Amino acid sequence: MALLNIRNLSVKFATAAGSFTAVDGIDVHVDRGEVLAIVGESGSGKSVSMLAVMGLLPDTATITADEMTYDGRDISNMSGPERRRLIGREITMIFQEPVASLNPAFTVGFQIEEVLRLNLGLSNRDARAKALDLFRSVGIPEPEVKINAYPHQMSGGQCQRVMIAMAIASNPRLLIADEPTTALDVTIQKQILDLLMKLQEDYGMALILITHDMGVVAETADRVVVQYKGKKMEEADVLSLFENPQSPYTRALLSALPEHATGDRLPTVSEFFLQEGAQ
Amino acid sequence: MTVSTPVVEGRAIVQDYNVPGSLFTGSKVVRALNGIDFAVEKGKTLAIVGESGSGKSTLARIIALIDAPSEGELRIDGELADIRRRRPTPALRSKVQMVFQNPYGSLNPRQKVGDVLMEPLIINTDYPATERRDRAEAMLKKVDLQPEHFNRYPHMFSGGQRQRIAIARALMLNPALLVLDEPVSALDLSVQAQVLNLLSDLQEEFELTYVFVSHDLSVVRYIADDVMVISKGVAVEQGSREALFANPQHPYTQSLFAATPVTDVEAIRARVARRKAARLSHPV
Repeated sequence: MALLNIRNLSVKFATAAGSFTAVDGIDVHVDRGEVLAIVGESGSGKSVSMLAVMGLLPDTATITADEMTYDGRDISNMSGPERRRLIGREITMIFQEPVASLNPAFTVGFQIEEVLRLNLGLSNRDARAKALDLFRSVGIPEPEVKINAYPHQMSGGQCQRVMIAMAIASNPRLLIADEPTTALDVTIQKQILDLLMKLQEDYGMALILITHDMGVVAETADRVVVQYKGKKMEEADVLSLFENPQSPYTRALLSALPEHATGDRLPTVSEFFLQEGAQ
Repeated sequence: MTVSTPVVEGRAIVQDYNVPGSLFTGSKVVRALNGIDFAVEKGKTLAIVGESGSGKSTLARIIALIDAPSEGELRIDGELADIRRRRPTPALRSKVQMVFQNPYGSLNPRQKVGDVLMEPLIINTDYPATERRDRAEAMLKKVDLQPEHFNRYPHMFSGGQRQRIAIARALMLNPALLVLDEPVSALDLSVQAQVLNLLSDLQEEFELTYVFVSHDLSVVRYIADDVMVISKGVAVEQGSREALFANPQHPYTQSLFAATPVTDVEAIRARVARRKAARLSHPV
């Protein structure tokens, strides 16, 4: 049985110019211990569908779905307290801008201990010990020193490690990572992706990785969903997606990668749609 | 070796920044660039590759005559450009133009596209108004925008279109050298391909010389003739694209290559197989 199962999810935003459909009838499911990548360009609705699951969308959003279940439990009709027991404990999320995700006015130690006290009910002393353990497991150097640091005293990669430490603190079964390495350098990106994959294997948690970067998909995913303008274009296991992409949009995206360039010019997505339309 | 003068040449470029001290600490000097040498021939592209904090944008700003280096000399078309001593003349300023990373931040939101394009002409030339307008309209066409875009504001355009406007603005003065600081990093993959194609078309048409700053090795491999890898203000490796990609020498360059994700089918097949094997030995 799927851990998270979403059928026919639509998200509409009320705007001054009328209703705007950001997600249009998407099905997503992720199994236990699986790495699912959701790929798309800006405006594809890849983040919005996961924010809907987390309940992080503003009031202007209307969410409709035929089914939205986590571990067989219906998320869409949950009461507030019931939802809070789930979100932040069993399902956690990390975001693109690690430095902006942390509160600049408190030390990173205070922020991670707050999570541990509230979600796991630890005492101050236990929270400190557990925080140090977590810092070690996400590879933060000198955890005893860094635990008293403010976010601005750490690099972007270290802040993302702190975010990951917070996200895995409660031993979640599903971690949603929204463009976790987009703001980072390639060498740091590699370290963070390796860390996420190691934790995913060690803890056996499912991972949903939202990204625009085909390279990140190639290095991490088991299964891939490709989205474009709120619709699902293709869903396939990672190898078949790269080896034999079915949808014209996926083919266009892959051929627009500079490393796949064969001639002087890069094929662009719009040219691709024109060609496919002509055939 | 060619006998022609390089369009841009830098010798022993050093940039120091003073970090002011606080009540308890003295001020200190941070060396952002430490003795950089380079030369780019006409019509060629030099890519400057490095991670954040490597000094690549600092170097781009020096080459674009925005900041003066602390030490070293910069020559544009063989002529010494020392902006610390003298303000650049309109002729020198016209030779070098820059395109920035973020097309949302580099265009004035209150300025119509036509005015964006005509402003460099007002400042640096004495063309009459009709001539300025004609040139701006012609340039819009060159970057694949429409004449009706002339009177629109930047917010009415997508990121890719805005970057085209920024490129058009940089080309208004017929520069010899274009400094591009991460011009496609903020763009989606499909739009990135369009802008890269446009850049290579324009380079051919106007015989432009590019200094292309990027952190993305796959883009660099596509667009560059020569590559400079810079780390902590030092050029650790310099060479032709073919040589550098075939056989990177410096450990830092090698680590960059190792960290760059590969989308090769065989690599994915190997990874999937490794993961399956790991799963069998430690089932979830």
